[in-house]
Amino acid sequence: MSVSVQEADFDVGAEIAALSAGREDVGAVASFVGLVRADKAAMEKLGDGDTAPNDATAVQAMTLEHYPGMTEKALDAIVAQAHGRWDVFGVRVIHRVGRLLPGDRIVFVAVASAHRGDAFAACEFIMDYLKTQAPFWKKEETPAGGNWVDARESDNEAAERWAPGQKSVRS
Amino acid sequence: MNVNILFFASLREALGVSSESLALPANVVSTGDLRDHLAARGEPWSVLAATKNLRVAVNQQMVGLDAAIKAGDEVAFFPPVTGG
Repeated sequence: MSVSVQEADFDVGAEIAALSAGREDVGAVASFVGLVRADKAAMEKLGDGDTAPNDATAVQAMTLEHYPGMTEKALDAIVAQAHGRWDVFGVRVIHRVGRLLPGDRIVFVAVASAHRGDAFAACEFIMDYLKTQAPFWKKEETPAGGNWVDARESDNEAAERWAPGQKSVRS
Repeated sequence: MNVNILFFASLREALGVSSESLALPANVVSTGDLRDHLAARGEPWSVLAATKNLRVAVNQQMVGLDAAIKAGDEVAFFPPVTGG
């Protein structure tokens, strides 16, 4: 079970340990944990010259919606691509859905490999592709109301680095 | 045979509906045709034509607005994804 979409939180240490349990060929496990940040909307609005007080736009909670069925297929496909591009022994992807609070974990990606290069690269690739390919949507709750998070062009650019013919950051 | 159409996130909210089953008109043969057919219903459906970077999936695979559709397909419309 390398991909999970769930409401429940997860145990980072246990997930990382599971990737090398019972084997001696794993030399590296690279992992990434994404968290709900409280100040996203406030920082973006203020960056545009808006003087709205931080507390009016601060993110109080975030609800993650997804497309059941397609989400799992999309994540499986991303993991399969990572296996095809790097020498990785195991991959674990967990993405939470439902209502989350600032500080809560949202997403976890970990990759086990013989060496750190492949582990780091595959982990970053999976996150970059997940951000642009997996059907999840975030809605923020602020004192000013709810708003759907806009997709960021920088996320598309991050994913495009890995396209064939592009120079990737760590290969 | 119908197509099953799904809407997610801000589109689902704007339309006030998360899915519908539709008998495919003969002139609707692509995802773009279906988008235009639905948008032509007027408010609030015109949001489908107004959504920048509208994404579409057929049978749970992301495709373009020129992809062919046929009876029995599951067609989903949604805004750009924002997970992670």
